Amino acid sequence: MIFQHLPILQILIPLLAAPLALLLRTPLLSWALALVASWASLAVSVALLLRVLAEGVVVYELGDWAAPWGIEYRIDALNGFVLIIISLIGAIVVPYAKRSVEAEVQDRRIYLFYTMLLLCMSGLLGITITGDAFNLFVFLEVSSLSTYVLISLGRDRRALIAAYRYLIVGTIGATFYIIGVGLLYMSTGSLNIGDLARLVPALADNRTVQAGMAFLTLGLSIKAAVFPLHLWLPNAYTYAPSAVTVFLAATATKVAVYALIRVVFTIFGGVDLFEAFGVHTTLMMMAIVAMFVGSIVAVYQGNIKRMLAYSSIAQIGYIILGLSFDSVTGVTAGIVHLFNHALTKGGLFMAMGCIALVAGSVRLDDMAGLGKRMPVTMAAFVAGGLSLIGVPLTVGFVSKWYLIKAALEQGSMLIAMLIVLSSLIAVAYVWRVVEVAYFRDPPDGDTAVREAPVSMLVPMLILVGASVYFGIDASTTLDIAGAAAAALMGVGG
Amino acid sequence: MNYKIVIRVVSKFLIPYMLLFALYVQWHGDFGPGGGFQAGVIFAAGFILYGIVFGVGNLRDVVPAWVTRTLLAGGVLLYAGVGVAGMLMGGSFLNYSVLAATPTGGQHLGILLVELGVGVTVAAAMITIFATFSSRER
Repeated sequence: MIFQHLPILQILIPLLAAPLALLLRTPLLSWALALVASWASLAVSVALLLRVLAEGVVVYELGDWAAPWGIEYRIDALNGFVLIIISLIGAIVVPYAKRSVEAEVQDRRIYLFYTMLLLCMSGLLGITITGDAFNLFVFLEVSSLSTYVLISLGRDRRALIAAYRYLIVGTIGATFYIIGVGLLYMSTGSLNIGDLARLVPALADNRTVQAGMAFLTLGLSIKAAVFPLHLWLPNAYTYAPSAVTVFLAATATKVAVYALIRVVFTIFGGVDLFEAFGVHTTLMMMAIVAMFVGSIVAVYQGNIKRMLAYSSIAQIGYIILGLSFDSVTGVTAGIVHLFNHALTKGGLFMAMGCIALVAGSVRLDDMAGLGKRMPVTMAAFVAGGLSLIGVPLTVGFVSKWYLIKAALEQGSMLIAMLIVLSSLIAVAYVWRVVEVAYFRDPPDGDTAVREAPVSMLVPMLILVGASVYFGIDASTTLDIAGAAAAALMGVGG
Repeated sequence: MNYKIVIRVVSKFLIPYMLLFALYVQWHGDFGPGGGFQAGVIFAAGFILYGIVFGVGNLRDVVPAWVTRTLLAGGVLLYAGVGVAGMLMGGSFLNYSVLAATPTGGQHLGILLVELGVGVTVAAAMITIFATFSSRER
């Protein structure tokens, strides 16, 4: 019986745990509840993905109202994979968050932190799992509103401004999305994503539908921080509590990219978007500019959390670049990089959280000699940095290999060169940190080892370890991403 | 204390009717215009009027923070609980038909409880937002 309800349990577990965490009000109990809920959620998403891989698409009708009138949850290889990303990061962030949050969030607000984290988790999982375009909007709001609160819990007063700014920009993004859904509903009479995919091709010349597509793409691009709509991101990531940055960097933008994939390749899959509107070249240009601007700006940052935030903008560029190739290899590269970048950036931001806790600052100037004082954390940072660059035996390499393969498939030597070139800029910003941390002496000559608590080190090492493991044996992730891409392109053509 | 006496008297007179109207909108929601969200907002408006006229301190004496917080969570739990009850009784999440002996009766009961959950949470949220913004309460 329980297996038949897995899709709804995926959402229900964190959604029910959130109000309970609010009622519990004690930091320890809320944390324990969040821990149980996030691990249960991970178990559900693993079970779901296994079922999808074995049996094909899993459908769940809410209230037993049949789609397209009712809301259905629809899980295929693509969103099953994204569900794993979210719940895996969630399950690893919660144990990590305990000590980090105790240090960075006021005691009387800690229960609110876990309530919001659980809400955010259910929102992101909901966006991913739903097969209904309007339901997606509702979950988008659930995740966005809780994200604003999470960011504003940061210790730095600038966190409030960053959260407010993100609130304004994020609301514009969500509004654009809902306007797009409204326009599509007006012309097709349907809100179900699968149904829309069936109805839209016949109306491809309709201006209302075209405007709808523009609004959907723009709205989701804001949420995904696709260049040049990324300006909310650096401050939000920099001033949010460390655990929040880890969670958001690894999941929030990925989920928005996932929604973008759904719009472009599923709803408008039957329309030859890339040819008809030149979306292909626009996205590709944006992606390439993002890869360079993000990386170059990152080189000049004094705050390393901020540096990693700019690097995220570049990495989102890689994902969008993969999608813009409009080929199975390209989309595979994009999807696999969703996962790979989540592992890499999650691990790197966890290292920042450890440094913030022990050293009290994540500014480059304060990191002198950290290689000696925090050997484990800095080793993890280096491993994560190598993956950002795309060194072989890390997940970053797998993604870039596929990107380059997709570029060469289309005979574009230039883009392949640009991918390599932009990776070299990543060498520059990672090296700056390595140089200061390993080759400079600590200012007070104090080289005694003082590491972060085990509860933070272990989650960090799991993520960094995974980013090496899936770099050496990428067959699992590539198979799933490949299957997802083939399914998308098979419909889209 | 004596100034604005008109406002004080009139609002004291109005508030019970506002709450009553909210309850009407709540319970009549499945037959006519209305429902949990609207009812919750109207219900909260009664409390907010009280807060504006008699001060947030007095409002918080009437509904302390722990009450709104409990109601906030309680409404969501009621909503989700009805959904889970549907699952336990053999339907999908939020299938009301299985809740009572007849499907029609089940649909009635289900929507009534779910809308009550919405109403409770919305009212508590509106009061909390007002009280938080108009005081230094954290």
